[in-house]
Parts: sequence; structure tokens; C-alpha cells
Amino acid sequence: MKGLASERRNKMILSIILSVICIIYVLPVLAVLINSFKLNTFVKTDTFAIPLPGSEMWAGVDNFVKGMTFGEYPFWDSVKYSVIITVLSTALILVGTSMAAWYIARVNSLFCKILYFLCVFSMVVPFQMVMFTLSNTADQLKLNTPWTIPVVYLGFGAGLAIFMFVGFVKSIPLEIEEAAAIDGCGPVRTFFMVVVPMLKPTMISVGILEIMWVWNDYLLPYLVLDLEKYRTITIHIQYLKGSYGTVDLGATTALILLSIIPVIVFYLTCQKHIIKGVAAGAVKG
Amino acid sequence: MKRKKLTRGNTIRRSTRRWFPLFLGPVVAAFVIGFIWPFIQGIYLSFCQFKLIKDAKPLGLDNLFGNYLRAFKDASFTHAFWYTAMYAVVSLVLINVLAFAVAYALTQSIKGSNIFRTVFFMPNLIGGIVLGYIWSMIFDGILSRFSTSIVLESKYGFWGLIILMCWQQIGYMMIIYIAGLQAVPEDMLEAARIDGASKSQTLFRVTIPNVMPSITICMFLSLTNGFKLFDQNLALTAGKPIITQPGGTMIKTTEMLALNIYTTYYNSNINAHGTAQAKAVIFFILVAGLGLAQLAYTRKKEVQQ
Repeated sequence: MKGLASERRNKMILSIILSVICIIYVLPVLAVLINSFKLNTFVKTDTFAIPLPGSEMWAGVDNFVKGMTFGEYPFWDSVKYSVIITVLSTALILVGTSMAAWYIARVNSLFCKILYFLCVFSMVVPFQMVMFTLSNTADQLKLNTPWTIPVVYLGFGAGLAIFMFVGFVKSIPLEIEEAAAIDGCGPVRTFFMVVVPMLKPTMISVGILEIMWVWNDYLLPYLVLDLEKYRTITIHIQYLKGSYGTVDLGATTALILLSIIPVIVFYLTCQKHIIKGVAAGAVKG
Repeated sequence: MKRKKLTRGNTIRRSTRRWFPLFLGPVVAAFVIGFIWPFIQGIYLSFCQFKLIKDAKPLGLDNLFGNYLRAFKDASFTHAFWYTAMYAVVSLVLINVLAFAVAYALTQSIKGSNIFRTVFFMPNLIGGIVLGYIWSMIFDGILSRFSTSIVLESKYGFWGLIILMCWQQIGYMMIIYIAGLQAVPEDMLEAARIDGASKSQTLFRVTIPNVMPSITICMFLSLTNGFKLFDQNLALTAGKPIITQPGGTMIKTTEMLALNIYTTYYNSNINAHGTAQAKAVIFFILVAGLGLAQLAYTRKKEVQQ
């Protein structure tokens, strides 16, 4: 009886400790929130003060308004291009690599084995190894626009996706596809009508990993895109803080807030899938 | 028996084979453009002198490894290597100990453990550049009271990066540890309890040996992540503060390997591009070595199961 009571007390203490850590964990995001409503001059000196409406620090929505146009590049364009690049790249990777992975797992010729080996190999190659030559090649092939950069993402990101898909296809019993073939289904129909529905859980995992990678990526789009015309949110923020002498901290913080809101909304709505996808990618990769 | 093996899946194989252009074509083309060709060209260029890639001239036979020698002689590169290694080891220990502790606490059937898990994982969704700026704002907010800044002292930059990466990565490793902890057989824990083992004895003698695979994976992951770190490094300090050595070489004290390769490339020196590419190859061998060791290890585990 006594043991049970002390057990309960221990759990209480643990809960309290975790709650405290939890609050500490949220503080950086809260700091972004309060500073995005603060006048520029106070961000550095009074970072942790809360700007009450009407106080001398209060900037209202001025930071957001200023943030839209400042840095000589319209913020909404960078949002637009980030969305275009992320959606197109993820879609292209999902369709392309799932088809390739099914072919590799089922045909399993020498060429397939070599390709699969190269895919696994590419997973351990850091981006710095190929960044200069890749950006040069992409430039020559006109892959420097938001509509063509997905090809670069497919090429450099194929490894992990194919690895995960092949692993799953191998676990699907062959009989199902054989039954479809006997019923007169060609390979293309078999793939899209029979295999794709079974691949759905892996598709979600791979899709989540790719979305998180492409949306947050900095160096690849920075080196590949034609920066005069196209910038992603990440590139835009790096430009604002990196290359200008006098940084408007208030406006930059406002943009940072705007850039993390969609991420947090996305996370809270698909949390279960995200955590599952990330765990799958980590254990296999 | 052997014949049966040969015919397995043959119908599918035969009918699918001729669809090669549709199924493999696009990925193979993109893979060549996005990986294979840049990789081969990258190795070749590490033995060349060039400003523009199309004008690359191979180094003479007497000086074939010139770029590599320059890379190893570059004080900023060796500094970046040791700095990166130190960072990787410190972050590996801190992140894994803390992540395991949090995961262990969350698997003790506590109320609200889902909320805790959600919050701890959240920083993983935010990109490295944005993370770097959020934390540079916070650190400067604190340090400005002591009239200094994160870019003024290298020890602030180092510990700042450690704090930032703990904040980001603990949640990630925690997820892997929770999966591992939940897979520990309940009857084993029950047996330990009946045999009168204390809580700490159960933890060290039963639980930890059972989650060893998760621990190994997480250690490899944090080690390779640490070596490959770029965005956070660039956004938090970008290598500052810079010191000038007696010989006149400038060293960015908080610059890690990946950033060092990047900055070398944009140096105005005639040999800069070749040296940067040689550094990239060395970096690749280092990171790939760690990655392959991890793959080999997980493969072995899969066979055993």
C-alpha cells in the first residue's frame, strides 16, 4: 500500500518536471511571437519583455506590413515558390520512386541490382560532395526554376525513397500481383490499381520526409535557383539577416513567425503520420 | 526445388521487363543528373585546377594530389575538423542521454504523455536556417545584458549550437527510444519485478540491454548529423568570431567542416575551387564511412532477427 502511494507521488514529481521542460521548450517560439510585435530597436535590448498594446515597444502589425516588401524581394513570392517547389518535388519523388522501386523489386535484373546499390550509396553521400558540380549541371540544363528544380530533388533524393519503397514491396506477397496478371491486368494497371493502394502507408511516410526536407532546405535551392527571380522562404530569411548591414529585427522576426505558422499547423494536423514517417526513415536510413 | 525457385515471379518479371522506359526511365535520368554525374565530376575536379568547371585543367602527375595536400595544410580546415569532431561528440552524449531520459519518463504511463511528446518533437519541423535565427535572437537577448554577443566569443558559439541542437534533436531521438522501450517484452520486466529487482536494477540490467539497437542507431544518427551540420552553423554564427594567426591565416573559430568547404569555394585564390572540391571528397569519405558502418550494423541486426 505504501509502495503504491510513493509510486503515485513519484509520478506526480515526474509530471511536474516534464511540464517545466515542456514550458521551456515552447519559450523560443513564444519569443518569436512577442518580438514580432515589438519595435525594431527593442528586439535586441528587451528580447524577453512582452510588448503590451499601447506601450512604447508595441509595433502592432507594422512589422508584418514592412516585412512583406522589405529586403528588395516580395515575401509572398517566396511563399509561392516554396509551395510550388515542395508540392511538385514531393509529387514527382512519390510517383517516380515508387514506380522505380516496384520495378527494381520485381524484375531484379543485374541493372536493377546496380541501381539499387547506387541508391543506397547515395544516401551516405553528403551534399557538399556534389554541390558545386550539381549546381553547374542544373544551370546548364535550365533546372534553375521552381518548375524544373523538382528534377534535381528527384535525382538527389531518390536514394532514401527507393530504399524505403523496395523494402516494403519485398514484403508484399507476389500472389496478389500474379492473380491480377492472370485476370488479364498488364503491369501498368497492376501497379496503379493493385500495388499503389497497398503502398499507401509507405507513401505517406516518404511524402512526409520529403515535404520536411524540401520545405526547410536551404543550400540546394540557394545554389541551383536563379536567385534574381526565385527565392524560397528559407533563402529570403537568410538574405534578410545575412547580407544587409542594418537588419530590421522586428520585421525579420515577423517573417519568421509567418514562416513557422504553416509548419506548426501542418504538424498539429498530421502529427501521427509525421512521427511515424520520421521514425520509419530514421530506423532504415 | 531449384526449378521452382527459378519460376517464382517469372510471369510478373517477364511482362514487366519491357516497361523499363516508363518505370525506371525518369528516375534513372534524374539520378544521373542529380547524383551520378555530379559525383563523378566532383571526384575528377578534385584533381584539377579550375575557375569555371568547363575550363578545368587536370593537375600534372608530379602534383596530382596538390589539392588534397593544400586541404590538409589549410589550418582553417584542420581547425574545422577538430571543432566539428568535438561538437559531434559532445552533442552525441548530451542528446542521447537527455532523449533517453525523456523517453523513459514518457513510457512510465504518465498523464498527458501525448502532449509532452507532441511538444518535444515540434522543433524538428522547423528548418535549420530559421532555427539558427530564432536562437541567435534569444542568445543575443541574454548576452546583450552582459554587453557581449554570440558572435564575439567562440565558447558562446559552441555551447549555443549545442543548446540549439539539443532543442531540435532530443524530440527526434526520443521517438526512436520510445519505440524501442515499448518493444521491451513485458514478461521480462514482470519477471524482474517478481525476482525483487529494484527499479534501477531493472533499468540497467533488463531495459537498456533490450533497447541497445535503438541506442546504436541514435548514436550513429547524431554522430553523422553532427558532422554534416550546415544550416544551423551558418545561421547561428556563420563561423564568427574570426581570429588571425601569426602566419596571417584567418581562422573562423566556430566554423564546421561543411561550412568550411563552402567558404573555401568562394575564396578568390586560383586554387580555391580545386581545394574546396578535395575537401569535399575528404568530407565525403569521412561521412560515408560513418554511414556505411551504421548500415552494416543495422543489416547484421536484421539478419539476426
